[in-house]
Amino acid sequence: MKITILGAGPAGLYCGLLIKKAYPAYEITILERNPRDVTYGWGVVFSDRTLASFQRADYKTYEEISSHFVIWDAIDVHYRDETIRCGGHIIASIGRKQLLNILQRRCDELGIILKFNSEVHELANIDGYDLLIASDGINSVVRKTYASFLKPETTQGKAKYIWLGTAKVLDAFTFIFRENEHGLFQVHAYPSSGTTSTFIVECDEQTWLRAGLDTADEATSITYCEQLFASDLAGARLISNNSKWISFPTLKTKNWHHQNIVLLGDAIHTAHFSIGSGTKLAMEDAIALASALEQHSDIETALNAYEIERKPVVEIFQRAAQESQTYFETIKRYLKLDPMQFTFQLLTRSGRISYDDLRLRDPRYGDSVDRWYAHKASVELQQSEHNTQPLMRHRIAPSPMFAPLHFRSLTIPNRVIAVADGKTGNSDSQQQDGTPGDMYVKQTVNLALSGVGLVMSALTAVSSDGRITPDSLGLYSACHATAWQRIVEAAHTGSSAKIGMQIGHAGRRGATRPRDRGLDRPLREGAWPLLSASPIPYTPFSQIPQEMDAADMERVCDDFVQATRKALEVGFDLLQLHCAHGYLLASFLSPLTNQRTDEYGGSLEQRMRFPLAVFDAVRAAWPTDKPISVAISATDCVPGGSSIDDAVVFATTLKAHGCDIIEVLAGQTTLEGEPPYGRGFLTPLSDRIRNEAGIATIVGGYLTNSNEVNTILAAGRADLCILEQLAT
Amino acid sequence: MRVGVGLPTTVPGTGGSLVIEWARIADEGPFSSLGVLDRLVYDSYEPLLSLAAAAAVTQRVKLATTIVIGPLRNTTVLAKLAATLDALSNGRLVLGLAVGARKDDYEAANVDYRTRGRQLTEQLATLRTMWEDSAIGPKAIRPGGPEIVVGGLSDKGFARMARYTDGYVHGGGPPRAFARAADKARAAWYDAGRPGKPQLWAQGYFAFGEEAAEAGTQYLKDYYAFTGPFAERIAAGLLTTPQAIAQFIRGYEEAGCDELVLFPTVPEIDQLNQLADILNGLGRRAV
Repeated sequence: MKITILGAGPAGLYCGLLIKKAYPAYEITILERNPRDVTYGWGVVFSDRTLASFQRADYKTYEEISSHFVIWDAIDVHYRDETIRCGGHIIASIGRKQLLNILQRRCDELGIILKFNSEVHELANIDGYDLLIASDGINSVVRKTYASFLKPETTQGKAKYIWLGTAKVLDAFTFIFRENEHGLFQVHAYPSSGTTSTFIVECDEQTWLRAGLDTADEATSITYCEQLFASDLAGARLISNNSKWISFPTLKTKNWHHQNIVLLGDAIHTAHFSIGSGTKLAMEDAIALASALEQHSDIETALNAYEIERKPVVEIFQRAAQESQTYFETIKRYLKLDPMQFTFQLLTRSGRISYDDLRLRDPRYGDSVDRWYAHKASVELQQSEHNTQPLMRHRIAPSPMFAPLHFRSLTIPNRVIAVADGKTGNSDSQQQDGTPGDMYVKQTVNLALSGVGLVMSALTAVSSDGRITPDSLGLYSACHATAWQRIVEAAHTGSSAKIGMQIGHAGRRGATRPRDRGLDRPLREGAWPLLSASPIPYTPFSQIPQEMDAADMERVCDDFVQATRKALEVGFDLLQLHCAHGYLLASFLSPLTNQRTDEYGGSLEQRMRFPLAVFDAVRAAWPTDKPISVAISATDCVPGGSSIDDAVVFATTLKAHGCDIIEVLAGQTTLEGEPPYGRGFLTPLSDRIRNEAGIATIVGGYLTNSNEVNTILAAGRADLCILEQLAT
Repeated sequence: MRVGVGLPTTVPGTGGSLVIEWARIADEGPFSSLGVLDRLVYDSYEPLLSLAAAAAVTQRVKLATTIVIGPLRNTTVLAKLAATLDALSNGRLVLGLAVGARKDDYEAANVDYRTRGRQLTEQLATLRTMWEDSAIGPKAIRPGGPEIVVGGLSDKGFARMARYTDGYVHGGGPPRAFARAADKARAAWYDAGRPGKPQLWAQGYFAFGEEAAEAGTQYLKDYYAFTGPFAERIAAGLLTTPQAIAQFIRGYEEAGCDELVLFPTVPEIDQLNQLADILNGLGRRAV
């Protein structure tokens, strides 16, 4: 068997030597366009798990590689003149040149033919192979040649970065954030050998242009960075290595092989440098490919097996890399966070590392996060006028989800919310008048006793024509108020949990059948007329709603105010106004459902007018010492619909009007718009609204355990989390 | 979690009498359901007709399509077929629907392939109402007609599931792939404000014995050839030992699956008997 390998980078060399080890009789040739001793790049990093796989794959090179390693376990974050350290992340680094030398020597020793200075422009120029392995990097000739079969896709990152080195010795993976008159710059730096460190400088494009770095040559760029990071470098120089400012290209490829040609490493996939996985993934590809060839005699089967094993793994890393890349591209929104929270947000940015992971890796750091969070909650409580508690000086602290949260005169004892489901529990269908029945009472009391800080009611209608289904809960009659009072009193008597009332009007999603067999199916009989911003039915089968006129608006607004007054009399601790999921108030906010030509339609400002008017009226009827929350759809998830940018404006405006909290929801504005469902799918939206509008947020989105909740809270992605009731 | 078994209706070379015998034996075994798959341009049986035949020789097992390619059938006719099958089986039908992924089936049925997602959505939007409003008889055994579950892995697919149906049917793979899909299904369900929880169905393939395993692998590679290299992955997931079955069941159970249907890949009644023995050995009884 004759194997030709294109590219003598770590992946190509490693793959060659592993195959040759298994099959000494194979004729393996590696073609490399550069001379033997020329290499680019500084240090490459590997996690302890990757090292273990090197150990299994080829002990000899593993021993040599590990004897050259710089190993450290800490990540330092330099931010606002503070340095926060988190340990326990075993990372090893080796100079790329050193790594290549070791691998080249091993290839020589095994009898692999290494041909340097052999640039391949046309694949037609090489032949006589049974298998062609392409490890020819991001500019792979093979990938370009077979693009129509492999189907590669490349997206360019928004940020600019330059890969430099320094003689400054580091003892940790180091993130440095520095702002100057041009903008924010961040450094990703880590030890790469005993004497040098890798030093990557990154910034957004505007900052890069303002600093004139688009026209700067290498020397000028280095001088600029040396000046900016002078205090961090402490006199050490920055060193170039064929360094240029570039944008990171993320490459994804549908198929990894074609006939007897297979690709690996950067030739077939890339993952943003901030998760430090490029070389690791490439060398793991090499191990998988060599082992597939060992297990399957048929090349087609082996290449399939290789692709099947590696593609899902690489995709997981690419997703994490994407999160990390986006984080660095939009880091500005986090500059208001305290250094502790900023650091936690940074460490958990890719979604791969959670609160529990960090606690396990570094209990001291974990404790400091808990203490910081508890202290912040204590300070906020202290600052409120109604407070009588002394300021805590925490030596021990519970995890973030147990920190109290303070709004106006309300203290919610912890950060977890349970939402009661909307069944009235009236078994007698004659009694379906929106009064919470015995089952609902029992459910709410049980939730209050379940340890959560706040129990929120299901969406409750402010009028009978504001119901979603005939059995929707209501708060518009004296009978309702009496029933709710019984619930609130029972819950308050038995627990310290606070009780919230969520009011809304179904709008064009009203008059539908009970939801146990599906959503938005119009009632066969007994339907009532519907109202909306514009006369557009929710589904093709739905009733056409009536476009609200001034009298309707006045009446609906009054219904909200009356419901608010009842909620106050009943004794609810918190009121939430529902402006999401395509219901009445939401129908005004979205351009998809609001096509009015009067002052309530058109621009975002005009579309917000009616929901804001209702909010103002409700806020005026709700005492100033009690907090109020608004649920919003942070995006319609439909092109041309409301976007997260609109939601940030709405949230900012609500805050100015006296809103304390935003519950972040998404979609359901129309039938077409649905968010990408999954665990925590609303968290990124909550993160943006909280950190850009500067308002507290509630987030759910299928959160089911304390680790998810603690991670979200400690990172400042939300202030309260809805925990799903897990069916056992 | 309940465990069902598939009928060998999509394995080429399966005789009609074997299908009937298979159904009869399964009904007496430790299985909770009989599953069928759907493919038009292939040496396979029509799934709803197959279940109708099975209904006649069974008393107990649920009859589940996992799945039927909805858009290949006229919606009103499909409502009629399902209502009929449900009535014939005394309410044992579970109607699993999806768009499928085979262009040739759509071309052969003269149905537009590009709009298959929208077509399925329209079907789901009307099926339940047709049964509920009794325009299409026979009268449903349960109010609102048979349970509907739906497949698909797109964001839209999960939203569709939560909006219109009673649950989700997963297309196959290792338990961790199911677990990810199950998370998405539950997230969509709670977000939609549906009461209760979605019914989660899943499936796997088995073949016991060296020869059968080889034949089963060949069958899967052929059946899924249209997916390209993915066929290898599906074939690699073939369950060939009692140990593999035990671990597969456990993995799915832990991921919260409600009903797992194991499909044969070799049309031999002995395969069914071996599976029954393994389930009995694991202490599994029909539910």
